[in-house]
Amino acid sequence: MRLHPTDDQRALRDSLRRLLARRFGAVALRAAVAGPGLDRALWRELGAAGFFALRLPEADGGVGLGLPEAVLAFEEAGRALLPGPLAATCLAAGTVSGAATGETVVTAVDGGGLVEWLDASDTVLGDASGAVPLRSVDPLTPLHRVPAPASVGPPDPVAVLLTAAEQLGTAARVCELAVQHARARKQFGQPIGAFQAVKHLCADMLVRTETARAAVYAAAVTAGPADIAAARLLADEAAGRGSRDCLQVHGGMGFTWESEVHLHLKRAWVRSHRAGGVTESEELLAADLVAGAG
Amino acid sequence: MDLTYTPQEEDFRARLREWLAEVLPTLPPKPSPDDWPARRAYDLGWQRALHDAGYAGVHWDASPTTRLIFWEETERAGAPYVGANFVGLLHAGPTIATEGTPAQRERWLPPILRGEEVWCQGFSEPEAGSDLASLRTRARRDGDHYVVSGSKLWTSHAEVADWCELLVRTDSAAPRHRGITWLAMPMDAPGVTVRPLRTLAGSAEFAEMFLDEVRVPVADRVGAENDGWRVTMVTLSFERGTAFAGEVVACRRVLGELAREARAGGRWDDPALRRRLGRLNAEFRALWRLVQWNAGETETAGGGVPGVAGSVFKLRYSHARQELYDTAAAVLGPDCLDLDRPWVLDRLSSLSYTIAAGTSQIQRTIVGERVLGLPKGR
Ligand SMILES: Cc1cc2nc3c(=O)[nH]c(=O)nc-3n(C[C@H](O)[C@H](O)[C@H](O)COP(=O)(O)OP(=O)(O)OC[C@H]3O[C@@H](n4cnc5c(N)ncnc54)[C@H](O)[C@@H]3O)c2cc1C
Repeated sequence: MRLHPTDDQRALRDSLRRLLARRFGAVALRAAVAGPGLDRALWRELGAAGFFALRLPEADGGVGLGLPEAVLAFEEAGRALLPGPLAATCLAAGTVSGAATGETVVTAVDGGGLVEWLDASDTVLGDASGAVPLRSVDPLTPLHRVPAPASVGPPDPVAVLLTAAEQLGTAARVCELAVQHARARKQFGQPIGAFQAVKHLCADMLVRTETARAAVYAAAVTAGPADIAAARLLADEAAGRGSRDCLQVHGGMGFTWESEVHLHLKRAWVRSHRAGGVTESEELLAADLVAGAG
Repeated sequence: MDLTYTPQEEDFRARLREWLAEVLPTLPPKPSPDDWPARRAYDLGWQRALHDAGYAGVHWDASPTTRLIFWEETERAGAPYVGANFVGLLHAGPTIATEGTPAQRERWLPPILRGEEVWCQGFSEPEAGSDLASLRTRARRDGDHYVVSGSKLWTSHAEVADWCELLVRTDSAAPRHRGITWLAMPMDAPGVTVRPLRTLAGSAEFAEMFLDEVRVPVADRVGAENDGWRVTMVTLSFERGTAFAGEVVACRRVLGELAREARAGGRWDDPALRRRLGRLNAEFRALWRLVQWNAGETETAGGGVPGVAGSVFKLRYSHARQELYDTAAAVLGPDCLDLDRPWVLDRLSSLSYTIAAGTSQIQRTIVGERVLGLPKGR
């Protein structure tokens, strides 16, 4: 029993991290904020790297790996703030032609009635008729609202888990950003990270991140609905609160459009409304307790 | 990422489960929390039973994964908790196993494993709590003995202990971390006075300990003279890293009971309470995963002393435990003010978790400095 990623899994994660650093680094991020739109070339490059087809069997042209690998990939996407309907496209690989290779961009109507990246997508799953754009809080996630969303069943647990993995990536990244800043920025003649009030904020960020990591990776192994719901709650909390704390550590700089911090917070907010939101996961876990399985 | 058990581990689980089913019905009834001699006898008796069945050393020589199985199965079956054996089994013993000489291991470990001797921890002092390295209890050398004088505070189980893992200052001129020595002191030595202290839960769980010219053989020193701070770090790593991990399983059981109580009492219809319970389910599931994660880390490191990941766990767990019993109070409603109701005393004792074994503030500083590499303040 070892919950840590294997050597192969780490290699996969590292290669994706390199790809994203090269193709979607700080400059590309800025450009994406300034001129929103999906970078189709990047999307195809991700497809070529197997990003959307990790779980698709090799016989169907996929990579033939499992949820753990997909979770690591989505964690990297979360870290890098990679835009686009990633989870929907990944879930459509194998059913919607071109999704696996990144040729076709697939989005889906969420149970809550929101659709991400509607205009930029080639295929919409679910009934998006009458969808109206809203002014999205996240500059990197265009959103539409469907006026009367058809009642859909419970959210796909894999979508929930991949979202949790993205949140985990955010949590880890904002903790890193906060720590870097806390080491570099000096006030009162010492790095602000030497002040306990700041140090303890950072420590709590790490504790939330590592607890969420254990929950997300374990859920990737068991794929159990309660484990996935737990992963979701912990990762949402780690990303949401972590981004706020990161902002706090950055002071006035954290409140600027210029800084990267608000992008993490806003994306964390968007993700926390996906797939039934937090309430749905809480209810599932409550029911699990009385079902005697908890 | 792998959560499967080896055939040997599955076999261990099956045999343990079978044995527990046989032995638990034969145990005497649990003694009252106020009757310390009876509690000691009960806890030692349980350890003896474990020993005779071949499970005594599970906290030490078994692989971390086997230990997790042990916690899961004993808790699931409702087996007794380590109780008075806490210090001996979970941190003094492992420290001696790691740092002691062969003769010391031979002298102290078998009686701990056989359920014959109880240990307590004499670290904290009136003037040395979080700042443990400022401890003042002095030991001067007199031939082949140390002569120890000073006072200790918050010594859990002192009343019924046979031995004390004791920190003393052997060099007051040296920088404070370099003048400390780790001794094993017999609690019946002349000059040892124990005065029980009542906790806010009403019972006497810990004590003050006065040491007046207590003679401790030099042979009972673990580690070198003045090297006690390093040995202390080993002890604290066990205390924070592994000692509480088994309790997570117990918390998950309590959580299930709470949910059933809420259903029976009608409070389940309150969505806020229901979701709070759901959130706690997530929390304790995640904590158990963190225990598994840390066990994997220790296993890869070739066993031995748990790393700073213990502080991450300790921090999160102690707050989760308090939230668990606060939620119990919400389930109980006004009954949470009745000490005869279940969970009310547990709620009180949960308050110690963010203090004992290093306060949450101290753990955050450790995480900030040793995990994140943030600078020390002036
Ligand atoms: C139930 C229980 C059982 C115990 N059992 C034992 C035992 O068996 N053996 C033993 O040796 N000890 C035992 N202890 C003692 C325990 O280890 C100490 O209480 C603990 O280390 C805190 O020390 P203190 O009580 O002196 O508090 P203090 O150190 O005085 O702390 C008071 C407050 O100040 C904060 N503080 C202190 N220093 C700092 C700092 N540098 N930065 C930020 N905040 C700070 C603390 O976090 C705390 O909130 C036990 C304690 C309890 C509650």
